[in-house]
Parts: sequence; structure tokens; C-alpha cells
Amino acid sequence: MASAVFLLDLKGKPLIARDYRGDIPLTAIDRFMPLLEDREDEEGTSLPVMTENGVTYLHLREKDVYLVALTRKNTNAMTLLQFLHHLSKVFTEYFKTLEEESIRDNFVIIYELLDEMMDYGVPQITEPKILQEYITQESHMLEITPRPPMAVTNAVSWRSEGISYRKNEVFLDVVESINMLVNPTGNVLSSEIQGAIKMKVYLSGMPELRLGLNDKVMFESTGRSAKGKAVEMEDIRFHQCVRLSKFESDRTISFIPPDGEFELMTYRLNTQLKPLIWCESVVESHRGRVEYMVKAKAQFKHRSTANNVEIVVPVPNDADSPKFKSTIGSVKYAPERSAFVWKIKQFQGGKEALLRAHFGLPSIRDDDPERRPPIGVKFEIPYFTTSGIQVRYLKIVEKSGYQALPWVRYITKNGDYQLRMPEPMTSGGSRLPPI
Amino acid sequence: MNATIQTNFARLQIMKSKVLAALRKGENYELKTELNSEYKERRKEAVRRVIANMTVGKDVSGLFTDVLKNMHTDDLEIKKLIYLYLINYAKTQPDLVILAINTFVKDAEDTNPLIRALAIRTMGCLHVVEVLDHLCDPLRKCLKDPNPYVRKTAVMCVAKVYDLNPAVADENGFVGAVREALSDANPMVVSNAVSALTEINEMTPGRDVWRLDSSTVPVLLTAINECIEWGQIAILEALASYTPQGEKEAESICERLLPRLQHANGSVVLTTVRLLIQYEKFVRRADLLTQFAKKMVPPLITLLSSEPEIQYVALRNINIILQHHPKLLSKEIRVFFCKYNDPIYVKYEKLDVLVRICSERNTDPLLNELKEYAREVDVDFVRRAIQAIGRLAIRYESAADKAVKVLVELLQLKVNSVVQDVVIVLRDVFRRYPQTFADVVPTLCEHIDYVNEPDAKAALIWILGEYSEHISNIGNLLSVCLEGFLEEEDEDVQLALVSSVVKFFLKSPQQGQALVLKTLKTATEKCANPDVRDRAYIYWRLLSANPNAARAVALAEKPPVEIENANLPPSLLEELISELGNVSSVLQQPAKLFVYKKADKAGVPRDSDLGARYGDGFDGADGGAATSTSDNGAMGGIGAGNEGEPELLISF
Repeated sequence: MASAVFLLDLKGKPLIARDYRGDIPLTAIDRFMPLLEDREDEEGTSLPVMTENGVTYLHLREKDVYLVALTRKNTNAMTLLQFLHHLSKVFTEYFKTLEEESIRDNFVIIYELLDEMMDYGVPQITEPKILQEYITQESHMLEITPRPPMAVTNAVSWRSEGISYRKNEVFLDVVESINMLVNPTGNVLSSEIQGAIKMKVYLSGMPELRLGLNDKVMFESTGRSAKGKAVEMEDIRFHQCVRLSKFESDRTISFIPPDGEFELMTYRLNTQLKPLIWCESVVESHRGRVEYMVKAKAQFKHRSTANNVEIVVPVPNDADSPKFKSTIGSVKYAPERSAFVWKIKQFQGGKEALLRAHFGLPSIRDDDPERRPPIGVKFEIPYFTTSGIQVRYLKIVEKSGYQALPWVRYITKNGDYQLRMPEPMTSGGSRLPPI
Repeated sequence: MNATIQTNFARLQIMKSKVLAALRKGENYELKTELNSEYKERRKEAVRRVIANMTVGKDVSGLFTDVLKNMHTDDLEIKKLIYLYLINYAKTQPDLVILAINTFVKDAEDTNPLIRALAIRTMGCLHVVEVLDHLCDPLRKCLKDPNPYVRKTAVMCVAKVYDLNPAVADENGFVGAVREALSDANPMVVSNAVSALTEINEMTPGRDVWRLDSSTVPVLLTAINECIEWGQIAILEALASYTPQGEKEAESICERLLPRLQHANGSVVLTTVRLLIQYEKFVRRADLLTQFAKKMVPPLITLLSSEPEIQYVALRNINIILQHHPKLLSKEIRVFFCKYNDPIYVKYEKLDVLVRICSERNTDPLLNELKEYAREVDVDFVRRAIQAIGRLAIRYESAADKAVKVLVELLQLKVNSVVQDVVIVLRDVFRRYPQTFADVVPTLCEHIDYVNEPDAKAALIWILGEYSEHISNIGNLLSVCLEGFLEEEDEDVQLALVSSVVKFFLKSPQQGQALVLKTLKTATEKCANPDVRDRAYIYWRLLSANPNAARAVALAEKPPVEIENANLPPSLLEELISELGNVSSVLQQPAKLFVYKKADKAGVPRDSDLGARYGDGFDGADGGAATSTSDNGAMGGIGAGNEGEPELLISF
């Protein structure tokens, strides 16, 4: 539980504060910034949880704003940090962005939200869609004063009654993000699939939904043999609308969905993957210049195509006069990111592409170690999931008995995708032919 | 044209005079006028401005009565703002608050449940004893309100009343009403009742206002399925205070908790893990225990894909869980590999976990990874990575070869700070495996010019003394060191040099004779530091009286290096395990260190007696926390430069 919640500007000056318990003087926030700076001096890093004089400060930063919760108890730190993240999400829903200016412009509604989302330091309703039903930007006169939404008071806190659509539709997006860490020799150090099933629900009334996946555990437990491949998801996390105990007992995913867009579930698979897009790079560093050769390879089936591929290759901060040559796509130097960006609109499976880059370097350089950021890769491969997960069915039952159409889309894209750079070669003559 | 300019000018003049007047009388004066305006819109705007001023920290408490006049309004926004104003200033003007009571009481009977709840919630937040008498009647009604939104707010209000005056809460039967609310049909009322009762219990230690028993637990376990995420956490935390009445009950509770591990909120997950670990001791069936452990792992790892702050808390807690369940994540070492863009605080924690879960089988990939980290630019992170290499080498004999190879490669990068750290770590590795890595010493000596930090210098000189027979130009190297002897301010370096020169002499008397004499002479005659002089005198006398005795002292076999022990003391570990997710487990300190007693004012620096009151008696715990956050504590104990010789001298 929090004693108070503060929004601060970058200098640590309060933009807005809400005191929930009155057990900490609000001046305690003045110590936040000095404490943060002390930590940075001592440990070389700020810390999300700090304590001084019997007050614990928990914080996160969003653009130019600090969100800080203060407590004097040994309370659940995870809960408070999660709450701050929810707070930031709600503000972003309300004001598009969360930054100093939007806070100053909307202080009235922020006070209202802070009052509604936490009572006596205990988090209450934090679902943005529900809050938006009764806390709105426009002021209301009493005769049309909003009432607590049904959702707050009935068992289904994420959906209100009486929703109605002319055409009942559901869109399912299965999105798999690939996290990958590869060392310069091409060994995959770690790889995982972060999957998410996102839904857009336009359904009337209180529909009951049941989602069927090619879940290996379910197939095994029911003794059915799967047609085709079944997927073993390692860790599944559900939106609060899903009945967890039902899933635990027979692996069915049943729920009454919230209205509109939401993330139904996320899952994770920790499998050894081959990099879908693999970049081999050679760096040659000479006095006054540095040269790169990057070979990109699309290591997936020929009938799939990666769209909007972006390969970001880091270069020294002081590199200048770039020269590029590539077999496909376009290359641009991005000095503000200390990197060049190779864009390939469409990269078909099985294909290879080659890039050569040349930069000038100031001849006098210090000997300090260079930062060696990894190569980053962005891509999207539609109609394809790496895990092979499939939506087998989505059953929709509502008491009015309407027919609803489910639409499913699959996409694989990069997550945290890092390929470490090799050591630059220096000794010997130039091994790379000139551009 | 001209006319418009003139009228505009006239307007400007009027505005200017108005502004000046306002400035003269102060903004508060102007606000006062506006608050009493006959126009609704102007009053509304004035209230907004008052709150805006309050927000930026200007004192608007002088407007109390004027603001209050606007309280009786149909406008919900104004109502909320004035309530907010009251929360802020009620404490400073308790007698004036009474003026607001009528409106509060009236609002608590409004037809709109939102307003009823708002009135009750705000009255509880005023922290004014005078309000209490007027709060009781409305609160009693709201606890029985037909609308659950009002009831969930009223239940919470009871905790606020109890905080102000327990007797009032008891006499009016409020606490009993909250207990009844535990079986309310609405899950939010139930979870707020749980929160309120937990609070009340904490306010009166020793007197359990509410105690879970085997009949309430199943009710809560059912309610949990319907609750929103925060309600689930409240119930899970309350369950932590319950001791199961036997094996069967513990088993069934755990089984009903397992689905919570699938929740999207990381706090629900971590609090569930806390409960599972806590109930484990009541479960005896091995198959169940393995099942629980197996189910805990994936959600814990998924926490590492959350926002960095959440990752940090998760990692700090994983560190504690691993001390309780050392094998839990041994197969998952790769997920803890650092990403280039992880915040530094996440990298530190990952590094700690990596070293902790590394088994003899996966030292190889980890050493490669650590080598990679040692080449980043952040000096502190690099140091920790190098220390981690040392810890692995010392822990696993099979990894020592590879670790030393990696360290030598790092040495050859010739990066100043890296060389210092590598030398210190090599010294410890050499202590652990005497004479095993003698062939590395010449390479080390090639980098002698880079070594300039005192700690590293002392370490290097110690190595020179131990391995003098493997170094062809040892005499020169030590002489060079001796040249800087008197300018050297660090006594560890001086002590190390005296010892090393003596060792060199004992091993090769002919080559070393001149040097040892020169060294001992300089140390005894010119050195300002008494410890250094003393050590030099003792050696001198030993050498002249009985060279064999000197040999026994200086070249004695050293006691084996202790394997680092970065674990928390068992009692603290047990405490933190039962508080997983809490501030204490993130800080890895007992709660009593940072939680003040209720009477103590938090948030203001206390007198210097703080150290005396809290510092004593917790030294051990403090040390435990220090070793787990930084490796320095652990590594420091290994070879503090004078390698146990003083003890030998005493026994001599």
C-alpha cells in the first residue's frame, strides 16, 4: 500500500500529488531526487526501490515524468510498481501521451483518476475502459451525472451490460515476437518466442467465448491425437477475464471478453531457434577509416516473405563520409543513432543480400574501449508463426443467439533481436575488396 | 481603423490596471472575489484555479471558508475539487471542517451511488477526529448500501476510522460489519474487506481482530476467482498469515493457488510463489512438491520480459528464492544473459543470478558470456563481470583453466581499468590453486606498466613474491617498485612489497641480497607508516637471527581460500522468503531496519541516535545484504595482501 503517489518533473519537482494515508509528510518527496543521484554516484545506477528515514520510494520514469509511490510500511513492492505502470497506462489512454505538459493541462482529471484508482493506498479499479465510462474530460451536471458503471458492481468487472453492435465480429491476431541473442560466431546464445493473442471484440450483450488452440498439453490430457503439430507453450498468462481455474482443470480457455481491443493471453516458448534473419558481418578498422561487410540471409520457407526489414548496424560515434553499396534495399546513415540502417521492403525466404559500407574516421582517436552495441533487426513475416500455434476454433455463445464471425491473422516479428558484432580486424592488409 | 486601435489600446489599459490591482492585492484576494461571484461559471473557474495553485504548492489555505461556500453544488467536478481541497487543508483547520459536515452528510444520502461513495471516501481521508462523530451514521448506512460500489468504499472507510479511533470503530460495530462483508456477493467488496481487516490487524498488534480459519479460507479461495487483480493480491497476502491445519489442507490450498501463476499481473504471480513456498513445508508428497516447483519456473522467467522495474524486483526475489531452492532454475541459465540495452541495475542483478545458478556443467558458456561483458564500457559492470569470472574459477576447479585463459585475454586488451580488476582477481585465483598457473605470470609481468591502482598494485607485488622463481627479470621489476616506495601512499602496497622482496631473497639469496637490504633499510628508516616499519623490522630480525625461521614464516603454506559465501543468514532468508515481493526482499534487509514505529515520524532525517538505535545488532544482516549486492565483500576476504602472515608471526 502506498501512503502517497507523486508525479514529478525531471528535476524532481512535484507536478501533482495525492496523499492517501497522511502518515508521511509530503515534504518527504524532496529527498527523492538527491537519493536517486546518490545511488547513481555510489552504484553507477539509479534503483527503482530506495529507502531513507523510514520512507520507501518506488518509482519509474515515463518520458519526462517520474511516477513515485511512497510508503512507510514493508509493503508489496511488486504491487506498487505494477500499479504505477497501470497508472501510466491509464494516463496514456486518457491523454495520448504521458508527459509533463499533458499532466499540467489535465490536472483536474488526474486528481479524479488518482482518487478512483486507489483508496487508502490500496489499488482499486485500474481498467482504463471502465474508468472512461464514468470519469470523462467533460464536466457533467448532476442530472446527467455518470453513475458507477455496471461493470464495477457486477461480477464481470471488465465488461458493461447493454453493449450492442449491428454486425457482430471478432478479430484475433496471433503475434509472435522473436527474442534472440546471437554471438559473433553465429551461435545462438538465447532465443525465445513471445507470443500474444490480441483480440478486437465487437459483440453485443454478454457473450461467452471459448478458444481452442493446438495446445499439446490439452491434446495429451484428453487423449486425443492432434492432426498436425501441437504446440507446447511453456508459460501462459491470461487477461483477467479468462477463467483460470477452468484452464487449470481441463485447459479450456473460456471467458467473457471486454469490449473492444485487448490482449487475451501471452505465452512463451523457450526453444532453440535458428535466426529467421541472420546477419554475418565483417568489420575492418584502419587508420582513418572503417569498413563493413554485412550478409543478411532470410532463413525461412521460400513461400513466406519478411516485410519492412530493417537492419541497424552500429558504427563509431565519430564516423563520417559514408559510402554504401547493397544488392537489394536502401541504406541510410543515421548519425544520431551512431548506426546505418539497411531497409529491405520485401525479403523472400531463402534469399541472401549483401551490403558494403565504408566510413571515414578522424585520424586521432583515443584508446578507450569502443562501445560495441549489437546489430538490431526489425521485420514482420505475415501468415506465419514460428511456434506453429493455430487457432482451431473460437466459439461464441450469447443468449440472444446471434451469429458472429471470428477472423484470425498470424504474424511473426522481431522482439528483442540482437546480433553481437565481431571484433574489428585491424592487422594485415585490407581483406575486403574496395567498394 | 484608428478607432479600433484606440479601443484596443483602451482595453489594454484596463487590463493592465486590473492586473496591477490584482498584483497589489495578491492573487488570493482576486480568487476570493471570484469564489464569491454571482456567476456560476466564474466560481467554477475560481475553484479550478485554487486547486491549480494548491497543486504547484502555493498556500491557498486562507480561502477555506470561501471555497467551502461552493461545496453545495450540483456540479460533480467542482464537488470533487472541493473535496480534494478539504483533504489537503482539513488537518490545518479542523474547526472549520465542521462547516463542511452538513454537505457531506447530505451527499452520503444522495440518490447517485457515485456521490454517496465519494462523500464517504473523502470523509475518511480528512484525518480529523472532529469529523468522526458525524461520520458514524452515514457510514453505518453505507455499509448496508444496496450498491456494491458504495459498500466497497464504506468497507475501506472502516479501516480509516479504526486508524483514527479504534474504540469508535468497535463500539459502532463497524469491524463486525466488515467481517460480514467477507461473504458479500460482490468480489470487490470482499477483497476490500480483506484489505481493511488486514490493515486493522496491523494497527493492533497482538490483538487479532480477524483471524483466518479453515472455514473462511475456502470462501476466500473461491472469491479469488472473481476478483480483479488487486483484489486477488489482497486475498493472497491475507492467506500468508494462515497456517494450514494439516497436510491435506495445505495440499488442497496449493492446488487451488496454482492457476494464479497464469495471471498477467506480475504481483499476483510473485505473491502466489511466496505462498507456495510458504506452504511447501506442510506438504510431504514428493510428486506434489516437484509439480509445484515445475509450475513456478516458467512464470518466474516470464517476469523477465516485463518492464525493467518489474524485472528488477523479480530478479532480486529470484535471488532469494534460489537460496531457498538452489536447483530451481539451473536449466535456465541462458535467460539471464544480459541484453545490451538492459538498464545497468538489471544487468547487475542478472550477473548475480548467473553466478549463483551456474553449475559445473555450464561454466563454459557462462565464461564466454562474462568475457563479452568484460568488454563493455560501463566500468562498474565490467568490474563485476571480471569478479564473477574469479568466483567461478574459485568455485569450480574444472573451470579454473578456462577462467584464467579468459582473464589473460582480457589483460591483453590493455584497457587500464580492466587490467587493475584482472590482476586482483588473478591474485585470488592463484591463492586458490597455488603454483598451478605459474606459466601465466610472465604474461602478467608484461602488463606491469598498466597496473597503477593501489589494490591492483598490492596484488601484483604479492604475485611477484610468490612466483619470483618464474620471472627472469624479477630483480629489476621489484627494484622498479622499490623506487616508488616512499612516494607510495598506500600501506597495502608497501607491506606487500616488503613481504615480496623477503620471499624473493629467501628463494634466491644471491640475487636478492642487495635488494632485500635496500628495501628493509628504506622501510625501517624512511617510511612514515609504523605498521610498515614494524613489519620490516620483524623480517630483518628474523632474517638475521634465524633464516630458517624466516623461511618458515614468509614461505609458509597459506590456509586455503574460502569459497565465497554470498548467502543471506538463514534467519533473514526465512524472513525474506515469507515476504517475497515486499520492500524487504527487494532491499534484502529485515523490515525492522527501514520501517519506523507508528509513533516515529517518517520522512524527516532523525537525530544522530538513529545509528545507535538501529545500527547495532543488525550488523550481521547488513553485511549479508552487502555481500549479495556487491561482490566486494565476498572477494575481499580472500587475500587481503598480507596473506595470513601476521597470524603466523604471533604464533612464532
